[in-house]
Amino acid sequence: MGGIVSPGFRGRRGAEGGGVKLPPGQYLTEDFPVLTAGPTPRVPTDTWEFVVVTEAGEKHRWSWAELMALPSEQPTVDLHCVTKWSKLGTSWQGVSLDVLLDGVDTAADYVMVHSYGGYTTNLPFEDLRNGQAWIAYKFDGEDLHPEHGGPARLLVPHLYLWKSAKWVRGLRLTDEDEPGFWESAGYHDYGDPWREQRYQGD
Amino acid sequence: MARAAVSGGLNRRLTWHAARLAEVVEETPSARTLVFDVPDWPGHLPGQHVDVRLTAEDGYSTQRSYSIATPADGTRVALTVQRVDDGEVSPYLTETLVPGDVIELRGPVGGWFVWRAADPAPVLLIAGGSGIVPLMAMIRARREAGSRALFRLIYSVRTPEDRFYADELRTRARDDMGLDVGYVYTRQAPEGWPAAPRRLSVADVNNGGWPPDFQPSCFVCGPTAFVETVADILVALGHDPRRVKTERFGPTGS
Repeated sequence: MGGIVSPGFRGRRGAEGGGVKLPPGQYLTEDFPVLTAGPTPRVPTDTWEFVVVTEAGEKHRWSWAELMALPSEQPTVDLHCVTKWSKLGTSWQGVSLDVLLDGVDTAADYVMVHSYGGYTTNLPFEDLRNGQAWIAYKFDGEDLHPEHGGPARLLVPHLYLWKSAKWVRGLRLTDEDEPGFWESAGYHDYGDPWREQRYQGD
Repeated sequence: MARAAVSGGLNRRLTWHAARLAEVVEETPSARTLVFDVPDWPGHLPGQHVDVRLTAEDGYSTQRSYSIATPADGTRVALTVQRVDDGEVSPYLTETLVPGDVIELRGPVGGWFVWRAADPAPVLLIAGGSGIVPLMAMIRARREAGSRALFRLIYSVRTPEDRFYADELRTRARDDMGLDVGYVYTRQAPEGWPAAPRRLSVADVNNGGWPPDFQPSCFVCGPTAFVETVADILVALGHDPRRVKTERFGPTGS
């Protein structure tokens, strides 16, 4: 359907007027909405760990102290949420997945991301590599608030934000793609905002 | 009538539907229920939402999500929209759109924040402001399905005038056996109300809800700060976080 015109609807032109290009269907927000399917988990850093399990069952673990000891980056990225808001120029600090995956022996094509609280999301392994993804633990220079996924979340800004799993606790590398939490509830397996891949079949 | 085979939007391609406004019900001075006729609507589950797309004459287009206020009913889809004063879409939906106008809807969306009539577990619904909308769909679906699941609603609202569905909830609390309705007023309580206006507290959730060992399904919907507070209270009272489903809207409180 090519878009039914609503007479008298003008919309807000600030988004385009500022020379900002947004993915289709998105609008700009200045604050930072919270979207979570359940209560916010509180995960203490002294018991926190991050585990990568390869398709062969090999495990790689990092404690909070070990994560903090790794070289970090400070990416500034745009966020696009499937619920239609976009937030531009957000500042983070975290460890690149390239650093964590260096030395992990794998030929897997897919990843299932697991979170404290039971959330999961799937994505192609190559989307986590080559400077595209981080385990982020600071936002705007402050420790990441639990509402936004603290102490640490995955950050994959080129996909809709539900792929950037909050309260991340590990990755399971797999040969086959399988749907995670929202993907099983009808959301898209990949989730590219520029191609507006919101739901299954988009 | 409701189609039994509704999958909750699972793995079915979602397309845009033309939706003609058939009826308007004023709920409060700043909110109204829009009943659309969507000839090819596939049905939905209570708790699901739709995407609304508006397109301007110059081709500019934007989308928002709105909860569905009623259970599946043939080609009818009802949304209750609260006007947000500096909003881009809600002023158009609440003030400009008139019966006969056509907009676009896509859905139903969301297979998680849903209540299924076959589930016998007790249900605790906690609404903040316009967060009542998807919970009202569940209350209406319960009656329609003849479910005897025990329902309790705790509805936090600023003033008596801000209540959605006030008359219907009064009638249902009387006639729908097994449904309790309680209010918490945050700014102004009705004449003779036994409590001063205040924020919803642990005591409200404890007294107006179900004990955790009843293993109720909990649905919490409202502004972000409200939902954060209520979900934390439920977990602190001993509810299994996996049984606490939440929908948040609006900006963060902090």
